[in-house]
Amino acid sequence: MTTTMTTAHGTAQAGQAPVFYMVDEHEHPEGHSTLLGFWIYLMSDCLIFAVLFATYGVLGGNYAAGPSPKDLFDLPLVALNTSMLLLSSITYGFAMLTMEKGRIGPTQGWLAITGLFGLAFLGIELYEFAHLIHEGATPQRSAFLSSFFTLVGTHGLHVTFGIVWLVTLMVQVSKRGLTVANRRRLMCLSMFWHFLDVVWIGVFTFVYLMGMLR
Amino acid sequence: MFDLSVVTKAIFGRLSLESFPIHEPILIVTFIAVLLGGGALVAGLTYFRLWGYLWREWFTTVDHKRIGIMYMILGLIMLLRGFADAIMMRLQQAMAFGGSEGYLNAHHYDQIFTAHGVIMIFFVAMPMVTGLMNYIVPLQIGARDVSFPFLNNFSFWMTAGGAVLVMMSLFVGEFARTGWLAYPPLSGIGYSPDVGVDYYIWALQVAGVGTLLSGVNLVCTIVKMRAPGMTMMKMPVFTWTSLCTNVLIVAAFPVLTAVLVLLSLDRYVGTNFFTNDLGGSPMMYVNLIWIWGHPEVYILILPAFGIFSEVTSTFSGKKLFGYTSMVYATVVITILSYLVWLHHFFTMGSGASVNSFFGITTMIISIPTGAKIFNWLFTMYRGRIRFELPMMWTVAFMLTFVIGGMTGVLLAVPPADFVLHNSLFLIAHFHNVIIGGVLFGLFAGIVYWWPKAFGFRLDPFWGKLSFWFWVIGFYVAFMPLYVLGLMGVTRRLRVFEDPSLQIWFQVAAVGAFLIFLGIAAFLIQIAVSVLRRNELRETSGDPWDGRTLEWATSSPPPDYNFAFTPVIHDNDAWWDMKKRGYLRPQDGFKAIHMPSNTGAGIILAGLSVVLAFALIWYIWWLAAVSFIGLLVVAIGHTFNYSRDFYIPAAEVVRTENERTRLLSGQVKA
Amino acid sequence: MSRSRLLALLPLTAALSGCDLVVLNPSGDVASQQGQLVVVSTLLMLLIIVPVMALTVLFAWRYRQSNTKARYEPEWDHSTQLELVIWAAPLLIIIVLGALTWMTTHLLDPYRPIERIAANRPVPAEAKTLEIDVVALDWKWLFLYPEYGIAAVNEVAAPVDRPIRFNITSSSVMNSFYIPALAGQIYAMPGMQTQLHAVINQPGAYKGFSANYSGAGFSGMRFTFHGMVDGGFERWVSEVKAGGGALDRNGYLQLERPSENEPVRRYGTVEAGLFKAILNMCVEPGKMCMNDMAAIDARGGLGMAGIHITMPLLYDKHARRGAVFGPEPRDVIGICTVAELVPELVPDLVADLAAPEPAPELAAPLLGAGLPRPSTP
Repeated sequence: MTTTMTTAHGTAQAGQAPVFYMVDEHEHPEGHSTLLGFWIYLMSDCLIFAVLFATYGVLGGNYAAGPSPKDLFDLPLVALNTSMLLLSSITYGFAMLTMEKGRIGPTQGWLAITGLFGLAFLGIELYEFAHLIHEGATPQRSAFLSSFFTLVGTHGLHVTFGIVWLVTLMVQVSKRGLTVANRRRLMCLSMFWHFLDVVWIGVFTFVYLMGMLR
Repeated sequence: MFDLSVVTKAIFGRLSLESFPIHEPILIVTFIAVLLGGGALVAGLTYFRLWGYLWREWFTTVDHKRIGIMYMILGLIMLLRGFADAIMMRLQQAMAFGGSEGYLNAHHYDQIFTAHGVIMIFFVAMPMVTGLMNYIVPLQIGARDVSFPFLNNFSFWMTAGGAVLVMMSLFVGEFARTGWLAYPPLSGIGYSPDVGVDYYIWALQVAGVGTLLSGVNLVCTIVKMRAPGMTMMKMPVFTWTSLCTNVLIVAAFPVLTAVLVLLSLDRYVGTNFFTNDLGGSPMMYVNLIWIWGHPEVYILILPAFGIFSEVTSTFSGKKLFGYTSMVYATVVITILSYLVWLHHFFTMGSGASVNSFFGITTMIISIPTGAKIFNWLFTMYRGRIRFELPMMWTVAFMLTFVIGGMTGVLLAVPPADFVLHNSLFLIAHFHNVIIGGVLFGLFAGIVYWWPKAFGFRLDPFWGKLSFWFWVIGFYVAFMPLYVLGLMGVTRRLRVFEDPSLQIWFQVAAVGAFLIFLGIAAFLIQIAVSVLRRNELRETSGDPWDGRTLEWATSSPPPDYNFAFTPVIHDNDAWWDMKKRGYLRPQDGFKAIHMPSNTGAGIILAGLSVVLAFALIWYIWWLAAVSFIGLLVVAIGHTFNYSRDFYIPAAEVVRTENERTRLLSGQVKA
Repeated sequence: MSRSRLLALLPLTAALSGCDLVVLNPSGDVASQQGQLVVVSTLLMLLIIVPVMALTVLFAWRYRQSNTKARYEPEWDHSTQLELVIWAAPLLIIIVLGALTWMTTHLLDPYRPIERIAANRPVPAEAKTLEIDVVALDWKWLFLYPEYGIAAVNEVAAPVDRPIRFNITSSSVMNSFYIPALAGQIYAMPGMQTQLHAVINQPGAYKGFSANYSGAGFSGMRFTFHGMVDGGFERWVSEVKAGGGALDRNGYLQLERPSENEPVRRYGTVEAGLFKAILNMCVEPGKMCMNDMAAIDARGGLGMAGIHITMPLLYDKHARRGAVFGPEPRDVIGICTVAELVPELVPDLVADLAAPEPAPELAAPLLGAGLPRPSTP
């Protein structure tokens, strides 16, 4: 932040020396506002989830004379699923720690483990969905199921894109190393990944746990 | 036996020869006209070998100024389409009396009023507002570009992609017949099984991505890229209103995206969010869409408020009165705009307390808005007002907008709304604020900043002609609608019974024709000015004796906007610089770091349009292909590392010396 | 005050003397209170709008560039007193208007039974509210009179000065029920009931229509509301009864099919419980009534046993709703009542649903602080 400001040429008022421009190049380094921008994007994404949560809140009790959460949800399975995602967040954290140290190999390793946990999460979720649909509890069956599948499915879709992104970044890192740009991208994905974690905690509490209680 | 229809269905989805509206003579004529016009344009561009130039310098540009201009052109083209719809409606309503069915059948008419609303809001007002913000904000804050130049290009093309989809619906299939907000169950698959609502959904989704990203971009730009010395409370008011608008975009458009996703799930997958079946709730849609819809109104009007602030202060030769209260008023409006959505459906049967709450919050918005009007008023007070065109638009706005504001507050009183809801009074009200506020603001902004963007002024004669046609046309067209609303006439009617109403509709049609003349005069103004550009040339970069930083640079500004980053000491930075004897730097120029152009934005947007088209027509293979294409291009773009370059110092020196020459020439003259 | 009010209205009345501003000059007490509110609110706002417009013109003229005599203070940009005034003036008006809004919104709540027939004429104690059930169909209106067992399409009548309660629903999409001369509008929505309380004060034929676009035949969705003097209404009722014609479930299912510009049609008798069935979207045999569904849902649904019951709950007129990826609904044929559907599953639920409904509440709870409770009819 030590930029020197040079006085403007020409006469200034007595006693004052107004500086009207900077002779030294005032550089906005590339990607200087990426993290802020990405954070703003995440907040807008958060609003999409807010709408889906609100929809679930309003329509979640409309079983249309069909099954309710109690009839459908398998809490142990969901708990397992939750632990997958939480673990993936921890491993992503480790990836970031090793990235700070500039060690490419371990970073890639942790990223790969994160991706595997993410895949496990998706696999369990898909199994749950397939099971529900097989039993007849399709998204079309009731407004409750519509909003359930959409909320949980949107989260799952985010995780899917997160994994695609993760793989892309692993390729980038393997090609280019931990460059400034790649570190920044990994930071963004990190925010994204933890954000999905937080949303999932909301889903787990609001949809599954409270669903079993209601 | 081999069934051909299975094959064609697999290839073309719902698309068949019947999808082309060859039975509508109006559309056929339009189609031929578009074909001829488009053909001539393509031929001309090819003949003059302009495709390469357009691609390199415009389509792939990441320069916020060029993107801003492209937004304005898009808005202008769509204005013509939206206005054609308007004049067709006015004609139909002026004719369809005494047993006459008018000249439009329900199928066509219902598409027209839906398309008119959608186009005017999403593809005229939004692009123009975004275009102005794009062009002006970086200049006003002393930046060289926006935070994410590539994203800016991509946002523009997504917006344009949405517009392309709407235009496509004119000739391939049909547009929605639901009204511009497509309330279910009417917009559900059961009652609108055709492609119209799908066009609506995907056009808004594609354009919505662009709008949202452009919002993120501009918020970041304003927060992060201000020149040194420009604290938040030293930002020009237009930048402030842009910031608030973009915060609103970021906080409102996701809601639209989500609610349209739910509607499309209902239509494509058979879920039951907004259906009558299996526990769905159509009222949920109405709530959600207005949670987006009301902030949207302020997304449009706030930048216009900013324009009026700049214009009033400049042409009164005076500092803006009450800068601080202006800023706070803007922020208060931003926040309150989220607490009023229910006033769009008092008549849906909420309890009296809920209705009163939303009615009163709505009225409260009029307090900061009123304060703003007074601020402009007292900026004029003890000023020295030059009645150039932008100032004329501003005064017309102040006189017109207060009427619209008044009828708006009136509609916020729930029992009054019960008798006026959905009536032509409501139509008159929101045209009063959107034309009298947003559109007048856009015209003021266009005339005001035109010399900055192009280096020559707009011809004042045709501009004044346009101004008077617009203002008089507006009153002639919409005052009768207020009266008709008080006569209990509702909106979206195609035929009428009561012959005593006809005269009012005929007057309104005359008003629409006057507005048509206003638009024509505006286009002529642009054409005449381009032809006479050497006479209207403006070399100082500061034609109006401006106050904010965009007037410190040349007209048009160089690619890099400012050779040296300016340092700000005062709200009216440029005024302050002029007053305190700023001298333009003439040497010591350095190479300038700039982002490179890229074609990724237009390719991604093009693929999005293909994807949307495939989804609209159930062409699943094409949807899959274009979706994979999108992924591949997007990922491929991340492997592009050559995203920036340096403008060599020699070139900066050349550009700046040229400006020095122009400026000295001007001093002599 | 009254003089300035007259003055403000003068140009308006001069210009509009030729036309019928039904919103400002209606024939029913509710609408006329609403119309008055329109006028009063407008005048209240004109208190600030007129000075602003006048000042705009004045300043624009006085401080024009060519008028070098006017004071020019380029640096003057702040005045605390003035700022206080420009925030306080609109604030004061909004406080007054807000109070007015709070009161009138509660007093003119369409769900609230009316207390007066006209100014200074309270509803007589012996007055019996006339119930009219309203159904918005594609694209016409059906009016049912539960008290008289008659019905009419695109025609509705009521005696002058008798309180009316409209119970409003829709068969398919959203509409808005509006008779400008009588009272403000309220939406008509499928599977839901809205209410409107009103009274007509002068005999006459008034226009009614849908004020919310509902599809191709929307423009022709007009009906006539007849305000009738005492005796006239009774005559109309007996005419309708004598005219014959019966509206039963099958007849209704025929009627609800989309049609445009329907002529007036009358029905001398109406099948019992028809409106309730329409409201709950179970006119068609085999459909579960929405209120039953809601009751079942309130008890946690029917569990996995109910998972394949979809046809009875698809209320829209299309067996398969056309969604491209949606599965074909699995049909369960011939179910008429919940009792038939799941007797062994939830016996107490069935008993519950079969029990007579509790009497409807007389008035919607009134939450407006400081307002008198409505008189009980």
